Amino acid sequence: METTASFLPGAAAVESLSHTQISQCYQCGKCTAGCPVAEHMDSPPTRLIRLLQLGDVERALSSDSIWQCVSCQTCSTRCPKSVDCASILDALRQLAFERGTVSPSQHRTVIFQKAFLSNIRRHGRLNELELIALFKGEVFLRDRALPVLFEDADLAPKLQRRGKLHLVGEQVRDRGVVARIFARSLNGGAQ
Amino acid sequence: MNLGYYPGCALHGSSNDYDQSLRATMGALGVTLAEVDDWICCGATAAHSLNHKLAVALPARNLALARQQGHEQMLAPCPLCSMQLLRAEQAMASDEKLRAEIEVIVEAPAGVGPRVLNLIQVFENAGLDRLKSAVKKPLKHVKAACYYGCLLVRPPAVTDFDDAEQPRSMEAVVAATGAATVEWNYKTECCGAGMTMASPETVLELSNRILSNAAAHGANCLVVACPMCHVNLDMKQAAIEKRFDVHYNLPIYYLSDLVGMALGLSASELGTQRHFVAELAAAKEA
Amino acid sequence: MSRIGVFVCWCGENIARTVDVDQVVQACRELTGVRCAEHYKYMCSDPGQTLIREKIVSQRLDGVVVASCSPHMHLKTFRRAVANAGLNPYRIEIANVREQCSWVHHDKATATAKAIDLIRMAVAKVHYDHALQPIRVPVTRRALVIGGGVAGIQAALDIADSGYEVVLVERDPSIGGKMAGLSETFPTLDCSQCILTPRMVEVGQHPRIRLHTYSEVEQVEGFIGNFEVTIRKKARYVDMVKCTGCGECSKICPLKRTPSEFDFGMSTRAAIYMPFPQAVPARPVIDKNVCAKIIRNGCGLCEKKCAPGAINFQDRDELIQEKVGAIVVATGYKLYSIGREQASAKITGYGEYGYGKYKDVIDGLQFERLVSASGPTNGEIKRPSDGKVPQTIVFIACVGSRDNAKGLAYCSKICCMYTAKHTMLYKHKVHAGQAHVFYMDIRAGGKGYDEFVRRAIEQDGARYYRGRVSKITQENGKLIVRGADTLAGVPVAVEADMVVLAAAMRPAEGVEELAQKLNVGCDEFGFLLESHPKLRPVETNSAGVFICGACHAPKDIPESVAQASAAASKVAVTFAASELTREPEVARINEQTCAACFACVRTCPYHAVERAEIRARNGTLIKHTARVNQGLCMGCGTCVSVCPSKSADIEGFTEEQVYSEVEALV
Repeated sequence: METTASFLPGAAAVESLSHTQISQCYQCGKCTAGCPVAEHMDSPPTRLIRLLQLGDVERALSSDSIWQCVSCQTCSTRCPKSVDCASILDALRQLAFERGTVSPSQHRTVIFQKAFLSNIRRHGRLNELELIALFKGEVFLRDRALPVLFEDADLAPKLQRRGKLHLVGEQVRDRGVVARIFARSLNGGAQ
Repeated sequence: MNLGYYPGCALHGSSNDYDQSLRATMGALGVTLAEVDDWICCGATAAHSLNHKLAVALPARNLALARQQGHEQMLAPCPLCSMQLLRAEQAMASDEKLRAEIEVIVEAPAGVGPRVLNLIQVFENAGLDRLKSAVKKPLKHVKAACYYGCLLVRPPAVTDFDDAEQPRSMEAVVAATGAATVEWNYKTECCGAGMTMASPETVLELSNRILSNAAAHGANCLVVACPMCHVNLDMKQAAIEKRFDVHYNLPIYYLSDLVGMALGLSASELGTQRHFVAELAAAKEA
Repeated sequence: MSRIGVFVCWCGENIARTVDVDQVVQACRELTGVRCAEHYKYMCSDPGQTLIREKIVSQRLDGVVVASCSPHMHLKTFRRAVANAGLNPYRIEIANVREQCSWVHHDKATATAKAIDLIRMAVAKVHYDHALQPIRVPVTRRALVIGGGVAGIQAALDIADSGYEVVLVERDPSIGGKMAGLSETFPTLDCSQCILTPRMVEVGQHPRIRLHTYSEVEQVEGFIGNFEVTIRKKARYVDMVKCTGCGECSKICPLKRTPSEFDFGMSTRAAIYMPFPQAVPARPVIDKNVCAKIIRNGCGLCEKKCAPGAINFQDRDELIQEKVGAIVVATGYKLYSIGREQASAKITGYGEYGYGKYKDVIDGLQFERLVSASGPTNGEIKRPSDGKVPQTIVFIACVGSRDNAKGLAYCSKICCMYTAKHTMLYKHKVHAGQAHVFYMDIRAGGKGYDEFVRRAIEQDGARYYRGRVSKITQENGKLIVRGADTLAGVPVAVEADMVVLAAAMRPAEGVEELAQKLNVGCDEFGFLLESHPKLRPVETNSAGVFICGACHAPKDIPESVAQASAAASKVAVTFAASELTREPEVARINEQTCAACFACVRTCPYHAVERAEIRARNGTLIKHTARVNQGLCMGCGTCVSVCPSKSADIEGFTEEQVYSEVEALV
């Protein structure tokens, strides 16, 4: 989608990542109305975009909402102004991660995503057991919450019986290219 | 029909029953699946949440591999994988600067194709009339709520598939098996997606709404085409029942399960006995 | 030898900033045939025009070139100026050194050189200008009004009361339009039919109004003052004179299941039906698409039952010709089709609202019929699904309107007001009922309008939520409406018994075809285009064709009535003179060189060229020739380009002139 020069300089980074024009939003609220988790959000989608329109990018980046979002794409699909709200939330997540402004109450979600990425960086494909171990381990260290380690532990034997548990994960053959892809992407460009 | 096949991490992991089910069904329909060699993870939710370039690069690498291996069409049964593949393709097609960057990042040239298909599209391409005439055991005992989830139909600009508000493509496939479908209101509402580990409450709440509505509209099972939805509705059903003090006992079938069953494949061939919620009684006798 | 004067305008700074007017004037004085060249700051002003007039007299000029803004702006002004000095007003040319020069270039040197070039071309052209006289055409002082809603009715009455005959054509079997179906009107809550029907009757009885209902405009030919209109009177199958309007036919008709157009599908009607009890004319019509007798020669009960013998199955469509001098278009509106089916591929529907899927999701006009005392439920608000009285109604504004993604970016203007009205009418009838309104903004700019909306909230307890609705589903007979309130920043869900959607106002069905017949443009949304949005809101670019009411843009009744009177006054202006003048820059055929191949006759888009004969005094045929009807010709030049013998030419733009311009440049 062609976007004109941003009228909102503060939100330029968000606009260029999401390829959508934030000033198009006329705050109708349809995104919030259709969002399955809006009632739990500190800043439901309409308000998040309003913060960007007002130049308060920092508050948007440190909100809980962007990590509570389930990426269901309902907001973008129904928006009467074709504002790609889902991509704006993606951009906010990416920027918050990059700048380290993740809301403390949402750290579990970010820990999970980071663990997921480091897992596939190493193997090229997801190793579920390793991911779960990494995730639970880090959450435990952060929160000192013992129950986390045992949450859903009863599922393990059930998965095992059903042949769904892989003790040894898969690896792709060319792990080098995977590592290089990660290095180039996370360092902000091609090398 | 020869198709490239991109299973994705879930189908090689704890959703390998989906992989088993669709392979068996494709075999019965005479569709050959050639798994893309050395495919890598598409990035799933983590990539698009944390890094824009990575979110395009990982799927782009897979598209390039598929092209190199001569695939014109490719089945990606996980809707998140297929949506990310389609998104990456469109992003590169419309942004020259991005395309050039990604080519360097993934060490492969951009190109046209392969055409990414979801499971419903593959059944449509195989021919629903052909499917109907190949049915050996019409699924008369099945009253299914077709659950599309989010990413098969949204965002329409990317997926360009069926109708985002009132889809009917899955019902058409299910009808071909002789099963009945119900009209219900949560066909495309989110199940909670990848929040299963990070925010289990979200999944329990959202998936409960789905199961509740399916039951309220008279369904005796749900049909899905997404491995994540399957996990949230099947593996987590016991937890949902406990959390909200309800009782559902609704089996969650993969679309390929129903098609396979109608074609006469057994539970062990399809892997339906590997689900958490036991399948419908009549099916067991079959 | 020509004696040409060149007058270069500064246009304040607009030209002079980029074009060196001194240099231009110096250069012009060197051109062949130029007797004088002057510049002035505002040539169109009084002193400027005086300068031109003085020079015409003192220098005995026979041609004038004005280098200034676009001819669209001031050609008429300068024509009048030179005419006042005794020079034929068609011996003047404009060199556009503003829009085509100073406004599009930055470099003074090149802009000045270009200005000199443009003037040189104009000087070459004016040399060949003939002295022309305006063409005079007679005026038929009768008007055609297309559309019999409140706007058409108002326009027809105003024109007829001014003393002119009016032909009023209405597509439906009765006049009255949408207003006849409304319950009460905002902001006074007047009974709609009570204020409209007296006007309808007046139209029906007016000695100077010829009413053609159940009729459509088939073809329009001619031009201002001289239109020839073909009207198709559709077959009613009922003799309008014999019929007494007793209604026995409708009672006995066995086919009673056709959705009623007047009730917007909320009730059914018979195959022979009176559109509504207060119809004008108060005569029934037979729907030929469902009548068993017409389709397969069955039934015929109405014919047997009709005492005066007014049923006539032999009736056929009739084409009639009417000559009129002015046309007023008042075709009104229809509501946006909310469901998936749309006439245009550029517009999409709301799958997320369940309109067409859930019986209790209706639009504003349908709700109006439920509330109306003469409606399908006799004014009791009842759910279409089960006839129960709804205890909770959700009203949703902006359905289709202000929704770029669906294809309609505009605001429909009236919905905020009628939604408030609906909440009040609902409350007045169902005292325990609760109205919920989801809105984006409140547009209530008219007299007493804002106060009206506040009354709905403050006195009648309507609950307003500022936010759109994302989705409507149905569970156990209740409609679950999922919206939001952005003021509080929360999602809002309401369980409703009924949902009323304020659908966008769209131009009436078929208006684009009608516009083509009238040579009137439409905007991107299908609304008819006015000449100028600020200063000429009821005129169109087709001289003699005027527009009023909702066919122009969404508007309410007072605005439609005001515009209708405005259009009527423009018609009166047109009829004020006994003759109309036309610009003489039309085609002319050299009848001596014409070879009578009639290529021009075939290609003229305005059918303005005729086949003629030149005969000697004793009647012997000398030759055939093509001849231009100067009353119809629009000066497009198509005949000039197809004529193989170069016999056709346009006055004021002859081939000689065009070539001389090119030579002057080269």
